[in-house]
Amino acid sequence: MRPVLPILIPLMTAVAALLAWRWRGVQRWVSLLGAVALLIAALTLLTSVWRDGIQVVQIGSWPAPFGITVVADLFSAIMVALAGLMGSAVAIYSLSSMDAEREKFGYYPLLHILLMGVCGAFLTGDLFNLYVWFEVMLMASFVLLVLGGERAQIEGAIKYVTLNLMSSALFLAAVGILYGMAGTLNMADLAQKLKNVHHPGLVTTLSMLFLVAFGIKAAVFPLFFWLPASYHTPPVAVSAIFAGLLTKVGVYALIRVFTLLFVHDVGYTHTLILIIAGLTMITGVLGAVAQNEFRRILSFHIVSQIGYMIMGLGLFTPLALTGSIFYIIHHIIVKTNLFLISGVVNRLCGTYELKNLGGLYQAHPGLAVLFMIPALSLAGLPPLSGFWAKLTLVQAGLETGQYVIVGVALAVGMLTLFSMLKIWTEAFWKSSTRNSQPSINRRQRVHLFFPIIALALLTMMIGLVAQPFFALAERAADQLINPAAYIRAVLGGGV
Amino acid sequence: METILAVVIGVLYATGIYMMLRRSLVKLIIGLGLLSNGANLLIFTVGRLTRARAPFVPEGADGLQPPYADPLPQALILTAIVISFGVLGFAVVLFHRAYQTVGTDDLDEMKATDT
Repeated sequence: MRPVLPILIPLMTAVAALLAWRWRGVQRWVSLLGAVALLIAALTLLTSVWRDGIQVVQIGSWPAPFGITVVADLFSAIMVALAGLMGSAVAIYSLSSMDAEREKFGYYPLLHILLMGVCGAFLTGDLFNLYVWFEVMLMASFVLLVLGGERAQIEGAIKYVTLNLMSSALFLAAVGILYGMAGTLNMADLAQKLKNVHHPGLVTTLSMLFLVAFGIKAAVFPLFFWLPASYHTPPVAVSAIFAGLLTKVGVYALIRVFTLLFVHDVGYTHTLILIIAGLTMITGVLGAVAQNEFRRILSFHIVSQIGYMIMGLGLFTPLALTGSIFYIIHHIIVKTNLFLISGVVNRLCGTYELKNLGGLYQAHPGLAVLFMIPALSLAGLPPLSGFWAKLTLVQAGLETGQYVIVGVALAVGMLTLFSMLKIWTEAFWKSSTRNSQPSINRRQRVHLFFPIIALALLTMMIGLVAQPFFALAERAADQLINPAAYIRAVLGGGV
Repeated sequence: METILAVVIGVLYATGIYMMLRRSLVKLIIGLGLLSNGANLLIFTVGRLTRARAPFVPEGADGLQPPYADPLPQALILTAIVISFGVLGFAVVLFHRAYQTVGTDDLDEMKATDT
């Protein structure tokens, strides 16, 4: 039952919030309660997977290859826990940052439907079911993106919607062809049957179709253009949850299919992924360096950081996958936090443009410190979480002798530091010309700063006490690279 | 039959992508529709076509005698049709709204958020 709860809780929260359509106050508290319940359910799932191994639920008690399976291995459980954490952070932040109009038109139910789609995608063990969860998540994200109907939002949404629908169509076609080839869509069953397919070349071709479909969702080079065109348009709470979770669902799907299903021609597929990883890092960070708007800089950095995550997949050693998973944990926390901070900056100064910002260090030294923690962590400075994530990946790269990608990763780290310092000097250090300071009252201050401080502390904690998190990532990577346990858990029955 | 369907799918994909490459919003949405129809037919075809053999267990028999039509691809298509219907419905409203807000259906004019 436990693996299904992270899907059921957001669903029930969304339904409860819809029932309270007219009472915004009730909706807020239902949303907050639902997000915290999701976090608790996700953490208990994580501990039970850590203690007792992979958890499997066969929906409707149909045995494995026939019914839909919900599987929580350690990687899934980590991702669900992060989704719960980000959901809670954004639910608290929304209490004071979301405007009445958007709340009135169903912001809270949509937020939880989005969380349901994300958790479903992380937990499903069936490829077609993954497609369905993708669509649930996309539909909620489409509406969240355009909610409010400002011109920039709608223009950004057209690019986002078109490219994501394209990716869904490709994914659907790939699923269909895979079914024609192997006669099953259960991922554990596929992992066994793809070994005996007559045309291994055809499987590699098909894996490229999956690479493109998930690559669009994960925003890898050269398929990332929808991301910087749309992520800076919605309200900051929406940007933050998108930045934290949505592209990571694409990365999760890539890692899942390229560790479980398409591992027969690693020399070709994973080398290609490695090259894409390098190009993604470079283009993302160069795009960020050229920008002068707070949230656009952060959006381009998402692209660049996705490169690091799939770099570990491309190297395809246990240490490299550990690095990838550690990087995902670090990145989701840090990136969401940076977006939340950009929202506070906008609240204080009324703009995201760096040239109009300034003087924040003098006026709000606490906020400046809170910005510095995730910003330096993103750049990978010790002793913050990003340092250990990058160190692991670089070490894995050196071990396999891939010196080019290691060089790229280090250079991109430098450029990341440069563009974070650009925000620092422009927004915080530069002296301000304006005097008016809109005040934030005490209650709003708690809502806005509580999630930021909590996530910053978590970043510091991962940096200072890295070992337990590293052990977690290591065991998750071990389960990915040796899928026998996953296959046995799914096909061996068990409720 | 497979050959005909393969050609039809190819034509659907080609026209769909051609339409999506045009500058008009309306053509973009027609392209998206054609593309998802192409994908649905593709699932139908690669799931193997079997004529006039419904997957019913005959009376007195223990199980199905191959060849029989596989019902699963059709279930997949049904789900995919419902989803793409909903998503396309949303896209039509979004594009209409975009036309109202921006005042044109030329995609080249919608560069405000580009970088």
